[in-house]
Amino acid sequence: MSKTSTGRQTTWVEKALRAALYAVLIIMAAVYLMPFLVMLLTSLKDVEEIRTGTLLSLPSTLDLSAWGKAWGEACTGNNCGGISPYFLNSFQIVIPAVLISTLLGAINGYVISLWKFRGSDLFFAALLVGCFIPFQVILLPMARTLGWLGIANTTTGLVFVHVVYGVAFTTLFFRNFYQAIPGELVKAARLDGAGFFTIFYRIILPLSTPIIVVTVIWQFTQIWNDFLFGVAFSGFDTQPVTVALNNLVNTSFGGKEYNVDMAAAIIAALPTLAVYVLAGKYFVRGLTAGAVKG
Amino acid sequence: MNTKAANSEPKKAQSGRPARLSLADWMPKIVMAPTVVVTLVCIYGYMIWTAVLSFTNSRMLPSYKFVGVEQYERLFNNDRWIVALTNLGIFGGLFILICLFLGVVLAIFLDQKIRAEGAIRTIYLYPMAISFIVTGTAWKWLLNPTNGFEKLMIDLGFENFRFDWLVNPDMVVYCLVIAAVWQASGFVMALFLAGLRGVDGDLIKAAHLDGAGTFTTYRRIILPSLKPVFFSAMVILSHIAIKSFDLVAALTNGGPGYASDLPANFMYAHTFTRSQVGLGSASAMVMLGCVLAILIPYLYSELRGERHE
Repeated sequence: MSKTSTGRQTTWVEKALRAALYAVLIIMAAVYLMPFLVMLLTSLKDVEEIRTGTLLSLPSTLDLSAWGKAWGEACTGNNCGGISPYFLNSFQIVIPAVLISTLLGAINGYVISLWKFRGSDLFFAALLVGCFIPFQVILLPMARTLGWLGIANTTTGLVFVHVVYGVAFTTLFFRNFYQAIPGELVKAARLDGAGFFTIFYRIILPLSTPIIVVTVIWQFTQIWNDFLFGVAFSGFDTQPVTVALNNLVNTSFGGKEYNVDMAAAIIAALPTLAVYVLAGKYFVRGLTAGAVKG
Repeated sequence: MNTKAANSEPKKAQSGRPARLSLADWMPKIVMAPTVVVTLVCIYGYMIWTAVLSFTNSRMLPSYKFVGVEQYERLFNNDRWIVALTNLGIFGGLFILICLFLGVVLAIFLDQKIRAEGAIRTIYLYPMAISFIVTGTAWKWLLNPTNGFEKLMIDLGFENFRFDWLVNPDMVVYCLVIAAVWQASGFVMALFLAGLRGVDGDLIKAAHLDGAGTFTTYRRIILPSLKPVFFSAMVILSHIAIKSFDLVAALTNGGPGYASDLPANFMYAHTFTRSQVGLGSASAMVMLGCVLAILIPYLYSELRGERHE
């Protein structure tokens, strides 16, 4: 630890550089935090205070009425029941969609990495393309299909769509994870007479907890934050919260209540923010796994 | 289906080696079948369907009267599409460049044994957890000329400060850039930070022994070894840019006029609200072309890399 042992001396130049480094990092942190802070401050002010104050001025009183209004009374389009019904819609879409797509991804990943058959690699490559296509290219045919199946504008329809286009990602995650499992493990189990599902259930699934967590978090975030499918395929009563929020903010009659808009936006962001705060490590792993796919 | 399969398992176990083409051999194929079918239909089938529609005169409903490349001609003679495409160029280009720059710089800075690194990293990355709709809502408020930054600066004493990009047709696309960079740059930082942590420590030590300073080490050794991360980040960011739809919907709704439209918004508007299914399909195919132009070289190099290992 002494200066001589490291052969370096802390000069004032180094100290200044170090201080500058911290300054830059802290300023940037403030920049990233600022929008959220402004949203929070705005949601706690009344309309008059918003008009007279500035973005960063503190609210004079702690006024939670905008939150109550955003939750239960605000008008999205013609419906004035707040965003709470849509918030619940989102959960009704997200929970089954996440569970089904994760389960399918696990089984597909298991097959592709440990039970390869002729064409399974080719299929995996074909599936990967599904992670990247712009969804505009499937939007209209899917709308027609949902109509034929009689599930247009329903929660079931949205779950179906999210599962279909989520499976590419979940399969990718599980495949990459299972790729590291030695094939001998499966071979040995087969010699012992274990079958396809026994091996999956007894050997593979118990090893899979980390990748299940990552996949569930990734899918939850993706589906919760979706807007395109929500706006294209949901009915008035089945809209997810992102669509409702957008309608609320773009509703233009009457005086604009920015405090209510901001409260609604924070409510819409809370579930994924909570996941991020509670399981940030897995969230980041999901991001990088989805990113560096390979 | 699954229960049947589970029941058949013991039989196979008793017979010792699996018989040729027993159910157990088919099991992997059977469980994959639904995904295969759904993928072929809902990804490739629909893609072809949209491609077919783009060569028809479909308006409100799909029709199958073929008109050749007429829709593509209409598309590229459509001022709104040209604006959307130009916007994508400006938005995508700036978004990618700024995110990469910020991502690299912040990652290198954070890599200097910073106290509270975890907390700072968490702050940089949290926008990525949020929906673009929320991001758009937040920035619509911040960039609002009467209440947002402009007012803040005027109240701080800069009385002539003007910041009206959100309502200025020439500048509104830069508002999209600001919000999107805020959202995604932390993610790029995380990618690079992971990359930096993966650089071989011995290489860096060797460079130091050779007398290379921190700056030289980064420039000559560390950054070049992060090329794959650069590449991945670029592909993902350009992919985000081409798909951007929700940010525009929430932040500007394409306005003023259609000055901030992106191709995704053009496609949606023409297909679902303006009854121009043929034209909308053609625009979707152009978007697909853009993605494939980036994706194919990327996948090719990735897969080739895998084989070399």
